[in-house]
Amino acid sequence: MNQMNTALPAIPPAAVELNGVIKRFGKNEALRGIQGRILPGRLTGLVGPDGAGKTTLMRLMAGLMAPTEGRITVAGLDPVRDSMALPDLIGYMPQRFGLYEDLSVMENLRLYAGLRGLERRVHRDTFHRLLEFTRLGPFTTRLAGQLSGGMKQKLGLACALMATPKVLLLDEPGVGVDPVSRQDLWRMVQALTDEGMAVIWATAYLDEAERCAAVLLLNEGVLKFDGVPGELTARLQDRSFKLLNHCHDRRALLSEALHLPAVCDGVIQGNAVRVVLRTASQRDAIEAFAKKAGAELQPVAPRFEDAFIDLLGGGPGGVSAIAQKMAPVALDSGIVVECRGLTRRFGAFTATDQVSFQVRKGEIFGLLGPNGAGKSTTFKMLCGLLRPTAGVARVAGLDLRTASSQAKRQLGYMAQKFSLYGLLSVQQNLEFSAGVYGLEGALKRERIAEMVQTFQLEKRLNSAPDELPLGYKQRLALACALMHRPPVLFLDEPTSGVDPITRREFWTHINGLVRKGVTVLVTTHFMDEAEYCDRVALMYRAKLIALDTPDALKAQARTRRNQEPAMEDAFIHLIQAVDAQDAAQSKKAAA
Amino acid sequence: MNRRRLIALVRKESLQVIRDPSTFLIAFVLPVILLFLFAYAVSLDIRKVSIGVVLESDGASAQSLAAAFGGTRYFQVTPARDRREVAGDVVSGRLKGYVVIPQDFERRLVSSVPGALVQVITDGSQPNTAGFVAGYAQGVITQWLASRVAQPPLPVVEVRSRFWFNPEIESRRFLVPGAIAIIMTMIGTLLTALVVAREWERGTMEALLSTPARVTEILIGKLLPYFVLGLLATLGSALLAVFVFDVPLRGSWFTLLLLSAVFLVPALGQGLMISALAKNQFIAAQAALFSGFLPAFLLSGFLFEIDSMPAPLRIITYVVPARHFIASLQTVFLAGDVWAVMLPDMAAMLAIGAVFFALAKAKTRKSLDT
Repeated sequence: MNQMNTALPAIPPAAVELNGVIKRFGKNEALRGIQGRILPGRLTGLVGPDGAGKTTLMRLMAGLMAPTEGRITVAGLDPVRDSMALPDLIGYMPQRFGLYEDLSVMENLRLYAGLRGLERRVHRDTFHRLLEFTRLGPFTTRLAGQLSGGMKQKLGLACALMATPKVLLLDEPGVGVDPVSRQDLWRMVQALTDEGMAVIWATAYLDEAERCAAVLLLNEGVLKFDGVPGELTARLQDRSFKLLNHCHDRRALLSEALHLPAVCDGVIQGNAVRVVLRTASQRDAIEAFAKKAGAELQPVAPRFEDAFIDLLGGGPGGVSAIAQKMAPVALDSGIVVECRGLTRRFGAFTATDQVSFQVRKGEIFGLLGPNGAGKSTTFKMLCGLLRPTAGVARVAGLDLRTASSQAKRQLGYMAQKFSLYGLLSVQQNLEFSAGVYGLEGALKRERIAEMVQTFQLEKRLNSAPDELPLGYKQRLALACALMHRPPVLFLDEPTSGVDPITRREFWTHINGLVRKGVTVLVTTHFMDEAEYCDRVALMYRAKLIALDTPDALKAQARTRRNQEPAMEDAFIHLIQAVDAQDAAQSKKAAA
Repeated sequence: MNRRRLIALVRKESLQVIRDPSTFLIAFVLPVILLFLFAYAVSLDIRKVSIGVVLESDGASAQSLAAAFGGTRYFQVTPARDRREVAGDVVSGRLKGYVVIPQDFERRLVSSVPGALVQVITDGSQPNTAGFVAGYAQGVITQWLASRVAQPPLPVVEVRSRFWFNPEIESRRFLVPGAIAIIMTMIGTLLTALVVAREWERGTMEALLSTPARVTEILIGKLLPYFVLGLLATLGSALLAVFVFDVPLRGSWFTLLLLSAVFLVPALGQGLMISALAKNQFIAAQAALFSGFLPAFLLSGFLFEIDSMPAPLRIITYVVPARHFIASLQTVFLAGDVWAVMLPDMAAMLAIGAVFFALAKAKTRKSLDT
């Protein structure tokens, strides 16, 4: 990437300028007057929850759409007027990386080299440079479709870098990529910005924002913040605290803490509860609360997510209406979900390999792992959607192979993306799931009425689920899964793509249900959500590589340099340990 | 238009064509299946049609006529004494019709008053077969009447029918060329419609559009490989037709390929137009089936003769490219290189193709704005 320096002086002061950018799709206003400057030589995060308008803004900058109003300048060009010249100056990696999965790594590179008009004689050097940069050298003949998420992303990046662009646009590069590969991507982006490239990184993960040199924070098409992320978190100085070493149920503690008028946001972190105050002057209130609860109060550094929630006026309350209505779960067995030697093979490929664990009643059990690690396969076997090749799975003491339908009655299942019926109205969705679980007559009507009331769906009964705001969609999906009062709840990536406030609301319900004795199994790729779990099972390459409480997992990753490792650090640490072990073993075998 | 970009796109598309199992299925397996079906399973020839012959009269002439029905290779006769015995079989479809030789047959035969001699009942629910039964029955009777006149004086006029182009009147000889047209429609229209929609669906179009590649280059890069694939599939189907199914190829191979190349213009154009309008592969496939495959099947003269269609439908057939292609294909297979017949057809196909391409160009999205 050394040639890039020579091309630098041509860059105007700002790599991208946004002047009152408005984009409408029909009645819907996706961007409502965005004003901002993106500078070269640094990483700018375009941050916001799904539906905030990030992708639209990226596409406008890439010249793939024209703004309805306002002006955009990218590398000194107008993306619409100079649409012929712009592509030579930008690299754009769309979501899902824009790769051809039926072409090999090398063939993808050749295609983009040809499209960029690279001369044949420079192909070898360019490919060599990019392959070295992305460390994809050993995989040139592999089909892109057979690469892992992280490798796909690197290849997508290599293709976008083909013509050494001045502005690099990356749309959600971190989605579907395991933390180890994400780490690699940060390294590469760092190298690029050091050489003067303007890199724009769109993301819904708020923790990624903290790593950016500058941030444009979007919410519902409005620019909420433009500047250095530290500036935003600095506003929350002395407002974030952790409640440690208490002897209470931490879920009850969180619920009570959220009741305090002084507290604007709170989450669970392992055994601790993390709260954010509305103003720094309210420290007394939280100190009194900690004292009463017998907890130790520790000031902690504010996070970007705290700032985001604060910007939006605080999180939801801590009481779940649905959990309050529910009678405590009566189940005899202490072990609610159990699997032993659970294995599933698809042909020669083993998706789940000898997985065993037990989940106790009233526990939140998290299943974590990179994409393709076997989480979903394991999950599907546990809810009876997939037959295991070997091993036993039991739910509420019932063997899923022999008593599948009785076992299924005991569980509520919320699939990825909520899986509501788009062609049925909200009311019909509720009636359908009640019917599917065998509710009839008065009981059916009573339960539906109850769900409608507690989730405030009255005004939405005749809408199609797709018209609902995300938060309502999630409530509806949860209502459908809870209709038959299941003692066990399976949640498959329940909060992916959901904004932090809706996510908090969701966890309030889950926490409330667990306190009533409901057992919850959850898969997630939000590392900080793993903190809500009592125990976390980490899956990697079809195997269970760790199973412990979040605090214990984090403790394993503690180093001298990193005294307070986050869940993501623990994850990376464990995976690297497995990789190192595998490498040592294969070396021994070779010798 | 940049040559380097175009080559990159054509190479990419060709690799995808080769690696996608569904292209192979549609281009090479489907033709074999269709050709086998049309060559062996589907036959429009009328042979051994089951009918009943109700003999109500015991006269010698009546017996002789009944024997004449039994003797022809066109009919498989169920004899009966009462029409009630066979009427049920016609209702149930076991028999395609029946012939009644009435009680007073002998008297009618010698009567000088012109009148009906026998009654022929046919199953009108299958008009084609009904027509054949009526026609053949008429033929049997005429022949029988003629043979009754012992040693007739030499007839003044003798009718000898000859069937041109398809002397054995084998339906496969015109069905197989028709099947080739169906296959080409599938490849040209369905595959093209799908591949462009697929680029949008998988998000790769977005990546392509952010490079210097122009939309025209992207589309040409898609069409060229499918054009070659279409010609290869024609060649394969024609080889099968000639060497396996014994369909004669009276014209030249060059003409056959030229015709196919011309037909691919409207076929690909239609696929491109669909892909410009459809948002996803499912809709594209539906549109391709309804607007490409079904007309090629029903309105092209492949199975149903255009001359017997009602006038409005007949007019519609002129804009179905497969109609022109099938007519020309049948000419090149069964008659030879009759340019006077084929040139107008080719001109029609090119004209339809030009319209499709113009529409596709006007409707193709050049950015993500809709």
